[in-house]
Amino acid sequence: MPFIPHTEADVREMLATIGAKSIEELFDEIPQNLRVQGLAGIPEGLSEMEIGRLMSERARQDGRPLSFLGAGAYEHHIPSAVWAITTRGEYYSAYTPYQAEASQGTLQLIHEYQTMISSLTGMEVSNASLYDGGSAVAEAALMAVRAHRKSKSLRVLVPSTVNPNYRRVAVSTAGNQGLRFETVPYQRETGCIDFAALAAFAGQDIAAMVIQQPNFFGQLEDVDALTDWAHEQGMLVIAAVNPTSLALLKPPGEWGTKGADICVGEGQPLGVPLSSGGPYFGFMTTRMEYVRSMPGRIVGRTVDLEGRHGYTLTLQAREQHIRRGKATSNICTNQGLLMTAATIYMSLIGPAGLAQVAETSMARTHQLVTALGRQRGVRQAFTGPRFHESVLLLDRPAEAVLRELESQGILGGVDLSGDYPELGSAILVCATETKTDGDIERYANALGTALQAVRAA
Amino acid sequence: MSQVITDLKYAKSHEWARLLPSGLVEIGITDHAQHALGDLVFVDVPEAGRTLEAGAACAVVESVKAASDVYAPIAGTVVECNAELASTPELINQDCYGKGWMIRVKPASASALEGLLSADAYSAVLAAEGG
Repeated sequence: MPFIPHTEADVREMLATIGAKSIEELFDEIPQNLRVQGLAGIPEGLSEMEIGRLMSERARQDGRPLSFLGAGAYEHHIPSAVWAITTRGEYYSAYTPYQAEASQGTLQLIHEYQTMISSLTGMEVSNASLYDGGSAVAEAALMAVRAHRKSKSLRVLVPSTVNPNYRRVAVSTAGNQGLRFETVPYQRETGCIDFAALAAFAGQDIAAMVIQQPNFFGQLEDVDALTDWAHEQGMLVIAAVNPTSLALLKPPGEWGTKGADICVGEGQPLGVPLSSGGPYFGFMTTRMEYVRSMPGRIVGRTVDLEGRHGYTLTLQAREQHIRRGKATSNICTNQGLLMTAATIYMSLIGPAGLAQVAETSMARTHQLVTALGRQRGVRQAFTGPRFHESVLLLDRPAEAVLRELESQGILGGVDLSGDYPELGSAILVCATETKTDGDIERYANALGTALQAVRAA
Repeated sequence: MSQVITDLKYAKSHEWARLLPSGLVEIGITDHAQHALGDLVFVDVPEAGRTLEAGAACAVVESVKAASDVYAPIAGTVVECNAELASTPELINQDCYGKGWMIRVKPASASALEGLLSADAYSAVLAAEGG
């Protein structure tokens, strides 16, 4: 059944009014050679019953593995109330509504989201969310170049300790707009940005530097020193952070003497379940000084003629429906539904709850790393403080070991050999509050067995 | 009818230029432009030291209903910008040819103003635009 409200008579009448013979005629201007005649490899449509069956069979193939994956998306407990409330009809929209001010409830929720995220990151203003962590980093880089008062440079430093996926998204989003992303190597012992290598960029005209905390390896960067150094060089500082970690770590607004200038991150840990590639959501906050350069929608609270509180979209003059090609961004739709879930998640667990999630995840990861490190042929790649992830070096190829673990129902970590070949056989592991003593013991034993199996093979 | 001042030079894109005794050129937007934009809420002017190309966007004026680029009427280097506008952008609405000036520029050449419109020519442009 097609969900199209117009009857054939309606369509005929509309076509007759504008003098067109068919709907197809409306697309006349598309040249024949640009038209796709059929989609290769895409089968005919299935009925709802058939597709339901197919999908549940596919889902079964995934099984229910015990996951120690992190690397940007994290398995946290989500109270049932979060999605029970989020999926109420009143909230069920992917975007900010088109008749925004007619939807006061949605605007109030976005305003509360902005308030929570600003407070969590220690910044003054937040937008209504972006697609995901990677696109938020890309938008932040574009914003920094736009907002920089003194430099016209299109260069942005993105250290190799920044999530490689974020770096790829930044290049594909902003590379064609002339931005040049330059990497800075990490220090082999600590897995943190190498200050000695950074010194090579001193005195150069560079718009901004991205600092990820905790970094991709889970290690904690010396964000105060890095922020001050970048500011001394005249760069803006873009902080890329994990929102859960901010319950324990210093917020970017307080990094160094002046604080970071723009803060972004992946919002998924705040109440969004893991799924292959999303949908997740990105967040972005900044200082008032840069608010007009920030992409995306912003909801403000105001009063009406009678002094009653009301909510409204604000600073719209920088947006695409007014500024067109010169808008701050033309690809910055917010992720309304996921942002709604995050707001409800944060409201339900509160600051103390978030701190508990962060502390427990950190403790579980410490326990995991210790347990795995007892296995023969496993050692830690880096020293120094970390949050809830860590890199382990294996004396056998990571891919083979992870495959063995998978056959035992365990997703043992992310293979780093593609993005960081210099580490040799390395995996990034993560444990959150969802993992028990039993889970960790099971993984440690399975890793021992898997390594033995690979050695024997 | 918008106010057009006789001793200034104008650009078709609704900026004015005034040659100061110091040799610097003061630049702002015209009465027609401020009226069309409505109440200004924010003005983004270039920093001192910036090089301007004639005809290229050099500043942004934002009103309650729109944000528009301001184009440099002449080539030159920004020497000074009107710091008052950061906190009181409405100066442009109140006194666009006076207190609402935006930037002072050292012209790239002595003949920089020659290519601009006279008050009469600019009035004709406005008349043609129906303004």
